[in-house]
Amino acid sequence: MKNNILYKHRFLIGRRIVQISILLLYIAGNIYGWKILQGNLSSSKILDVIPMADPYAVLQLFVAGSLLATDVLIGALIVLLFYSLIGGRAFCSWVCPINMVTDFANWLRMKTGLHREEWQLRISRKTRYWVLGLSLVVSFIIAAPAFEFISPISMLHRGLIFGMGFGWVAVGGVFLFDLFVTKNGWCGHVCPLGGFYSLITKPSAIRVKHDADKCTLCMNCKNVCPEKQVLWMIGKESVIVSSGECINCGRCIEVCNDDALNFSFRYKPQKEEKEDA
Amino acid sequence: MAESSKVDKGRRKFFIQILQGLGLAALGGSIWGGYVAEAKHDEIVLRPPGAVPEEEFIRKCIKCGLCVEACKNRENNPDETKQTATLRLAAPGDHRPKEEGKYIYPKEVPVGTPYFVPREIPCYMCEDIPCVPPCPTGALDPELVSSVKDGKKVLDINKARMGVAVVDAENCIAYWGLQCDACYRACPLIDEAIKLELRRNPRTGRHAFLLPVVYPDVCTGCGLCELACVTEKPAIFVLPRNIALGRVGKHYVKGWEKQDEQRLKGSKGIQKTITPKSEKSPEEYLNVEDLLDEE
Ligand code: SF4
Ligand code: SF4
Ligand code: SF4
Ligand code: SF4
Ligand code: SF4
Repeated sequence: MKNNILYKHRFLIGRRIVQISILLLYIAGNIYGWKILQGNLSSSKILDVIPMADPYAVLQLFVAGSLLATDVLIGALIVLLFYSLIGGRAFCSWVCPINMVTDFANWLRMKTGLHREEWQLRISRKTRYWVLGLSLVVSFIIAAPAFEFISPISMLHRGLIFGMGFGWVAVGGVFLFDLFVTKNGWCGHVCPLGGFYSLITKPSAIRVKHDADKCTLCMNCKNVCPEKQVLWMIGKESVIVSSGECINCGRCIEVCNDDALNFSFRYKPQKEEKEDA
Repeated sequence: MAESSKVDKGRRKFFIQILQGLGLAALGGSIWGGYVAEAKHDEIVLRPPGAVPEEEFIRKCIKCGLCVEACKNRENNPDETKQTATLRLAAPGDHRPKEEGKYIYPKEVPVGTPYFVPREIPCYMCEDIPCVPPCPTGALDPELVSSVKDGKKVLDINKARMGVAVVDAENCIAYWGLQCDACYRACPLIDEAIKLELRRNPRTGRHAFLLPVVYPDVCTGCGLCELACVTEKPAIFVLPRNIALGRVGKHYVKGWEKQDEQRLKGSKGIQKTITPKSEKSPEEYLNVEDLLDEE
């Protein structure tokens, strides 16, 4: 059972099912008027009642100088609280449609041998925070939500629901960037939404937990992790992955043959949990 | 000493890096800002009913498409099997001239925002305005399309001001003297937003022109007339109101309107420039001077 291929990819399969179902529900919401999920990732409604909104987009609108209706503020708060207190940066790996594009680019990169350390353009992982800051400055100056005009995430998601136009160009750009320029280039280095979620999801409850006693130092987890800097404790300390940059994708868990990594719930009372705040 | 120069170097490198970072950010920011400024600016685009003024609209719309979905799934959708929604969410590169020279179109609709193209699908002026209430941000404001009925505030599509219809008298065949009232009959506010004006046709001497005339204070800009117009490129078309309409300025007072006269109260009158000619009263000037004798 443990070596079953399905089991080995349980989180990957789960993520794809979640990503695609969310997308299909949105599409049905547009075409057939289903009320389960309406709108798109920028702002939507569940069952015609519960509002949801992208807190980063709302922040940009706010900086651009708009007084917003309460609907979208409540929606942003719901999403914000969910990811920051519970889900972690799961948006990136479980919901965001660009994740499928970049995962594919990454897979191709590995399969075709395009991936060589020396071919990588070195970009700091901090770049996303610069882009994040810049997006707010530009939003303020230009009095419009700056990232929303160029966001490949919204373009892809909106495009799949409402029609793509030239949105493929932006999505293709991200794909090529990840394929040829830097491994996990977009999601791990540039995307300001990812940066935003990294900053706010530090306190979240669902966390990967490392058990150093079981670890055999094979480093499979570090090889597969798109944010490997968060796995500094591998083989060293039995602690949870507490960085907000972990996207809760579960890849490290799938790949570990020694059961040294697992999802855990941070606030469950436990005997000896050391946290690095 | 060696220690301190090392520190200095480290510090210099640090500052240079910061400056480089700032430089890159400034460069990236100005390209980005320029792009957005370009992309967000297109005035010839028609927004859904209840849309706040364009500048504010761009600031508020979160591009969720809830208005578009509501429009698509409205009850009076004429044909549910096709893409018959009035509103669409602009995809990148949604340039409007689909057929060159056929319609007047903006160069690009700001990406992700809702708009409509009347000549393709006009707004059907749904009485319950399904597109407005779902808007989560206030980019579509129910206040702008509400009126008070029996002491209660109700949605009222007739208050929508999506644009205003403009007649091109050169190409409207009714102005040629041919009989056409397609636009007039298509208008949901027939005889209010658009009326037929009778005028004698001097060419034949015995026929009448039946001229469509739009009343901008009533017209909602729905575009049903534009869709109905029989000419190849419509001779009646909807433009955003700030483009189609003029502005008189505050200094004109309509003497024939009691209300407007009120504005004169407390006014000190107008300061005139006095020239040798205007020193005399107009009568004096006209009577005294020999205007015909120019020599
Ligand atoms: S630590 Fe594990 S769950 Fe977190 S991003 Fe890396 S692979 Fe994914
Ligand atoms: S009022 Fe016009 S834009 Fe609104 S739902 Fe009806 S047809 Fe669509
Ligand atoms: S519902 Fe409002 S925020 Fe959403 S796309 Fe329409 S106008 Fe924009
Ligand atoms: S004149 Fe044309 S745009 Fe104006 S309300 Fe009538 S049909 Fe609509
Ligand atoms: S439908 Fe067109 S051509 Fe006919 S009267 Fe109206 S504007 Fe003129």
